[in-house]
Order: sequence, then C-alpha cells, then structure tokens
Amino acid sequence: MTHRADRTLVTKGLARVEGEGAMYVRVGAGQVEEVRLDIYEPPRFFEAFLRGRSFTEPPDITARICGICPVAYQTSACQAIEEVCGVTLPGPLADLRRLLYCGEWISSHALHIYLLHAPDFLGYPGAVELARDHRDIVERGLALRRTANAIMATLGGRSIHPVNVRVGGFYRVPSARELAPLALQLRETLELALETVRWVAGFDFPDFSCDHELLSLREAGRYPIERGTLVTSGGLEFAAAQYEEHVIEEQVPHSTALHARLAGRSGTFMTGPLARYSLNSQWLTPLAAQAARAAGLGSVCRNPFQSIIVRAVEIVCAVEEALRLIDGYRQPAESFVSAAPRAGIGHGVSEAPRGVLYHRYELDEAGIVRSARIVPPTSQNQAAIQEDLRGFVQDRLDFDDESLTHSCEQAIRNYDPCISCSTHFLTLRMDRR
Amino acid sequence: MNQAATGAGAGGPAGEPGGNRAVVVIGVGNEFRRDDGAGPEVLARLRDQVADNVRLVVSDGEPARLIEAWAGASLALVVDAVRADPVTPGRIHRLVLDQAGAEHVRPVSSHGLGLGEAIGLARALNLMPDRLIVHAVEAAEFGFGVGLTPAVAAATDALTSAVLHDLATA
Repeated sequence: MTHRADRTLVTKGLARVEGEGAMYVRVGAGQVEEVRLDIYEPPRFFEAFLRGRSFTEPPDITARICGICPVAYQTSACQAIEEVCGVTLPGPLADLRRLLYCGEWISSHALHIYLLHAPDFLGYPGAVELARDHRDIVERGLALRRTANAIMATLGGRSIHPVNVRVGGFYRVPSARELAPLALQLRETLELALETVRWVAGFDFPDFSCDHELLSLREAGRYPIERGTLVTSGGLEFAAAQYEEHVIEEQVPHSTALHARLAGRSGTFMTGPLARYSLNSQWLTPLAAQAARAAGLGSVCRNPFQSIIVRAVEIVCAVEEALRLIDGYRQPAESFVSAAPRAGIGHGVSEAPRGVLYHRYELDEAGIVRSARIVPPTSQNQAAIQEDLRGFVQDRLDFDDESLTHSCEQAIRNYDPCISCSTHFLTLRMDRR
Repeated sequence: MNQAATGAGAGGPAGEPGGNRAVVVIGVGNEFRRDDGAGPEVLARLRDQVADNVRLVVSDGEPARLIEAWAGASLALVVDAVRADPVTPGRIHRLVLDQAGAEHVRPVSSHGLGLGEAIGLARALNLMPDRLIVHAVEAAEFGFGVGLTPAVAAATDALTSAVLHDLATA
C-alpha cells in the first residue's frame, strides 16, 4: 500500500447525490489541511423570482425547486403565508397535509436507501449493478415508492410537483372512500418497510461519531413532520419566527450555497434524519420504535453512516402515520380556509426528508410578495458534512486514494445532499502533498 | 384534472407497472431550467394531437419514476434535452432501443440520475418497454429561468412531428 503524508483527493461530479457539486480534500504532513464541498449553482434564483408574485403563488413556484421534495417546499411556503393571513387549518385539512408529507418521506427515503446509498454498503458502483444481483431487493424499493406515489397522486393530483396544494388547504379534498385503496396498499407496504429496516441494520458501519449540535422540529406527542417548534440538542428552543436570529447564513468563497451556523456557537450543527430521530425518538409510532430497537439504535444516533437505518425507521413511522390519518379521516365540507391578503411577514418550517426547511415571505397589503427567503436543509448541513469529512479522513490517512475517495463520497451521501435544493450535479479531488 | 396528461409515473390509480396503457410518451425535464423544458413543451403540443390510448407523462427524469411510467408499455417515446460536447443547440437525435439490443447504450441525460440509469435499472429488473425510442435535443442552456433558447425552441416543431411520426407508424 502506498502511504503518502501529503496528498489531495478531488472528486468532480459526485455520483448518486441529487444535484451537482465537487469535493476537495488536501492533506499535508499527515494532517488534513483543507476540506471543501464545492457547489456551483446560483441558489437564490427562486427568491428573486418570487418577488412581485401573488401570495397564492409561492407554494406552486417553490415546489419546482426540487423534484424529490416538492411537498416540503409547498408546506413551508403555505405555513409562512398562512401566518401572515391569520389562517389556521382545521383538523382534517391539517391531517391531509401531514398525510401528503408522509408520502413524500416514503418516496424520498426509499429512493435514497435503495438507489443511492445501499450500493455504498454492499460494494456496488450503483443501483443498476445492485439490481442485477439482487433484483428482489431493488423491486422492494420500487414497491415502496409506488405506494408513496399513490399517496402523492391521490392528494396532490400527481406524483411529482403536486398541483392540488393551496394556501389554506387544498383545491379538492378526497372522500374517505377514495382513501380506502391507499390504506389497503399501505398495510401491505408496512411489511416491506419493516423488511427494509432489518436489511439495512445488517450492513457494516464505520465506527464514527459526530458531535454537531442537532437541530430539528418538535411537536409534543408525535414525530415531527409538517410542523413544530425548533429545538436543538444544546437546549435551544425557538419558533419559526426566530429562525433567522438563531441560524446565521454566511458566504464562503468556494460555494454558491451559503453556509449556516447557530448564532453564538463555535461548533457546527446538523439537521435531518439523525437530528430528528435523536431529538424525537420517544415519539416514533409503535412499530417504528420497535424496529429501531431491534435494529440496535438507542434513543440517540450520532453515527452519520447509520442515517440509512434511521431513514428506514422513518419510512415505517410514515407508513403507520399515514394509516392512522386515513383511518381517522372524515371528509371536511370545505377543502380550504379562505385567506385574504394582508401586509406582514410570515415564517414557515417543516421537516423535509433531508431536514428543516425554512421559508419567510414579506407581503404587502395587496398580498404581493416583497421579499422571500428560503433556507434548504442541505445548505444548513454543508459545514457539518465538511467537518465529518475532516475527522473521517484524518483517521483513515493510511487508505489508498481510491478507497479513501470512495469512503468520502459515502460520508457525503450520509446526508442525502440535495444540491438541487441548496443551489444544483456534485464533481472528489484529494491533494496529498 | 386530466390525470392522463399530468400524471407522472403513477400508471393507473395505484401506479402499478403493467397498469400502463400500451403506448406512452414521456417528456423529461423542468420548464424552470431553460432548455430542460423542451420535453414538457413537446408534451404540451402533443396534448390535442394524440389518440386517447396514448398516455402523456411529464417526468423529472428520476429513474424509478421513468421506469414506473414505461413498465408494461409496448412502445415508450421519451423526449429529453441533452448535454453534448461539442454542442449544436437544437440538433435532434433519435435513438431506438428494443429489449434485445443496444446493451451498452447509455444516453447522457441532463439529469444527475437519469435516462441511462433508468434504462440500466429497467433492464436488470426486466421492466423495459418492448420498444423505447428516445428523441433528444441538444440544449444550449440549463440555468435557472423559464423559456427555451431560440435554437431549441425552433427544434420543438420537428421534435413534435418526429414523435407523431413514430406514433403513426407504431
């Protein structure tokens, strides 16, 4: 094996991440000197695009930022605008919003687990090669996605970029009868979801722990999905309206995505499945909690490589939640609450599959958007990803370039980075001098 | 809502493969990413020009959804904008894949995980349509924004005609 104290690893066009970017690691004299996750695209196009638009439009426009998590964008946008308009969704409409979001979690997590992340653990270059050897496994992933897409198509009108969501609720709500076939499909899916947890729990995980401060939503009594208060593992607790006081975004020279940190803290923070799980595992649904225990997870999980188990547990949780919501559903008389335009500033947060997604809109009295701010989870996680890479590489300097590069890519994929959202395809470069 | 015209990948109410009708045209792309909107634009033009048994699907090109859209179809036509080097914006390519042949053809899509992966995955899972024809147009620009560049806009007539020709001779 070659063991050089000075080297540089560069990956151009990181594979199996949503979007486009590159990674650069420089090692000198046996120490990691620099780690950069480079992201190229102009991230703030949509914020400018929203200015001058009607308050009814951001849910549909921002849904186009990401093909993987449009519901997250729609939900955070709706909540921010509803806050300005003084609208609160009654029970059944709030339940439908959570149900639609469950569909997105199942779809996004199944895609990441089966097609993007599992090949790393099983030694395959990608999903195509995995499918050649394990057709039944990949078919299980696609079956999970079919159920998710059925939820999205039934509630959202179509399975990508749903068109049925509006400020105050939905354009049309389904009858209880329309939801019945979904419940049947979800009951069958529950076993596939549990099999997924058992499967990924058997993977080998590098011994690695991160100490980022964890940030997620919390809603007492249930696992946070579409709403909640912001909490951190360091004891902070704040409402969406205080988000910008606590989460500071900064320019860094090598990236078109802004980097985020918590105000008054010197360390990094992370959002996403590990944070959500560690701050809310007591509120998992019963089978999800049981599956997590059987998979060997404690109440807190700080190994980013085990995020694949947490995602699988969250699929179980989303399936159980979807079933509960459908079972309790009574079709409301109105599909939405009317929202009249008002001047003001509104803030919305929800738990996108990759973590907290924050929106803020300033509206004038005619309901025209004067300014907009969107902070996606991947841009919040960039500093944490770089910090993980630094620690991970430092402990593995004896690896050759190829296996170290592969391990670094895997460490990035732990975060399921959606670079399309945070700005857009990743490229690893490693310099060993 | 016209589910047939807007449904992306949910073939039939449950999105089951095999629930698809025999012929599907899939427009891949995002109209908020300039020339990436070529696929959806061609789909919009086809809306009033195709028979009822032809399913029109707009897709973001994500492999699982592409596979769900074409699984069980006898013929699938995919319209997509592609990167090329060197590039001749607006130049159109027609690529025919039947189940037996073209093992190594992996078209380069404008999407991170795209058509190439979808074809590879569909082959491994035995979920390819009987016949897959890709109509690809070389794009000039994939930046944020709406509207096709002039060369690609000018090519959409020819793309639409080419798809209609394939449908007529299928």
